[in-house]
Amino acid sequence: MIRVQNLVKKFGEFNAVKDISFEVQKGEIFAFLGPNGAGKTTTIKMLTTLLTPTSGKIELDGLDPTHHRNEARQRFGIVFQDPSLDGEQTAYENMELHAVLYKVPRKLRAERIQRLLSLFELWDRKDDLVKTYSGGMKRRLEIARGFLHTPKILFLDEPTLGLDPQTRNQLWTHVKHLNETEQVTVFLTTHYMDEADRVAQRIAIIDHGGIVAQGTPQELKQQTNSDSLEQAFLALTGSTIRDEAATSTDQMRQVAKMWGNRR
Amino acid sequence: MSAIYILWLRELKRYVRSKAQIIASLGQPVMYLLALGFGLGPVFQKAGNGSYLQFVAPGVISMTILFSSVFSGIAMLWDRQFGFLKETLVAPVPRIEIMLGRTLGGATVAVIQGCLILVVCLIAGFRPAHLSSLPLAFLFMALIALVFAALGTAFGSIIQDMQGFQLIMNFMVMPIFFLSGALFPLTNLPKVLAVITRLDPLTYGVDALRGALIGASHFSLLWNLSLLSVIAVAFLSLGAYFFSRIQL
Ligand SMILES: Nc1ncnc2c1ncn2[C@@H]1O[C@H](COP(=O)(O)OP(=O)(O)OP(=O)(O)O)[C@@H](O)[C@H]1O
Ligand SMILES: [Mg+2]
Repeated sequence: MIRVQNLVKKFGEFNAVKDISFEVQKGEIFAFLGPNGAGKTTTIKMLTTLLTPTSGKIELDGLDPTHHRNEARQRFGIVFQDPSLDGEQTAYENMELHAVLYKVPRKLRAERIQRLLSLFELWDRKDDLVKTYSGGMKRRLEIARGFLHTPKILFLDEPTLGLDPQTRNQLWTHVKHLNETEQVTVFLTTHYMDEADRVAQRIAIIDHGGIVAQGTPQELKQQTNSDSLEQAFLALTGSTIRDEAATSTDQMRQVAKMWGNRR
Repeated sequence: MSAIYILWLRELKRYVRSKAQIIASLGQPVMYLLALGFGLGPVFQKAGNGSYLQFVAPGVISMTILFSSVFSGIAMLWDRQFGFLKETLVAPVPRIEIMLGRTLGGATVAVIQGCLILVVCLIAGFRPAHLSSLPLAFLFMALIALVFAALGTAFGSIIQDMQGFQLIMNFMVMPIFFLSGALFPLTNLPKVLAVITRLDPLTYGVDALRGALIGASHFSLLWNLSLLSVIAVAFLSLGAYFFSRIQL
């Protein structure tokens, strides 16, 4: 369903994704794990037509998203890591706009929106502007929106970031259900290893822009002689922290963006 | 089609909901109208050019439409920053539809702003030559709005930060306004200025609007109409091209 060959992305001099290759089968739940700044989001952006690769080949359902952008977009849905809501519209309007863009039949729209907003406990606040929502509520809305239509491939970039355990559970139950009943292929990233261990059938571990290991959770644990995926992850990617370095450069990038200074 | 509609509607909703911004964005044109209309009135009249208020009102209406429509395109910067742009760019809709929805929405808002200023002009004492030419005036207001909303979309697709925004405002939008003949007649201009004004798309918009509202224009109505239509198509293509190339 997804085939990536020798994919490379450079931002100027900086090599964010270095020559990665992998395949995801139809109906598979595939987890893409890696420390902060490893290149997960950059890879997803290339798969979803937001970034053009520097080199390499991508196939989504047999289509090259860099050339057949519209056809490729008809095949996937995505929940972004970063916010992507319209704060100046209400939750209901955000859902409606999404439903129109994704061509959810008019007859189904209202019913689905109500069901999903209720499922993620936002129905009472549906007529409030999204900018008045708490961080977690915004996150829940992003996820509810992602489930409005049923794509062939679902990209989830750290979907559980900042969510309470109840909502996390709800989310994974829903993802598994879609995967089982509709054969939806799922490509996800997360920093919670227990989640990946529980839902993913196959895992690729990426570090510094390169894939360092691939396999089932079981295989990765055996390969590193670990009892948990977390241990296996640390064994494969080392235990130095990228967190602070990544966040502080990220912040600098954000500030630089706001105050000029084209990268 | 429904994608164009829903994005057009979004622009309108945002406009209606930001009451403070509506008032703020009308302040500047009102200031121009009053300060120039009444301040320069006597000088203008002495020079034998008639009422300056009559003359400048179409210019101020054009200015309102110019600022409002370019701004709506550049406001894409905020959608980029707050992330909503991503949501529309990965949707299974050709980017041209997304672009058209946004641009037409921005143009519609600009026409509404222009109409509000027209009302202010009427209150200040401006009198159109014939009421029957009002529909023609609307047509030209819509054309001006379309031309510059498309240009705004092109700019909005390119710039990534506040600095770019300032550059566009100071080095594109202000010159387009000041060199358009919104504030001065196109007759007897120095050679250089005459050439520059003729390169400015807004010149033809202002002139057409002046023709429709007070029955006095420099170029023929047909010339203005065809030229503005051609420019609108050109800028829409330009906007669509740059919009389709956005990377995030
Ligand atoms: N537009 C950009 N310009 C320059 N560098 C970028 C850009 N986008 C990402 N990068 C860099 O590319 C690297 C990979 O970033 P990416 O967002 O893909 O990481 P990630 O694996 O998703 O990390 P996280 O777990 O923190 O989300 C980082 O070092 C980041 O700073
Ligand atoms: Mg990421």
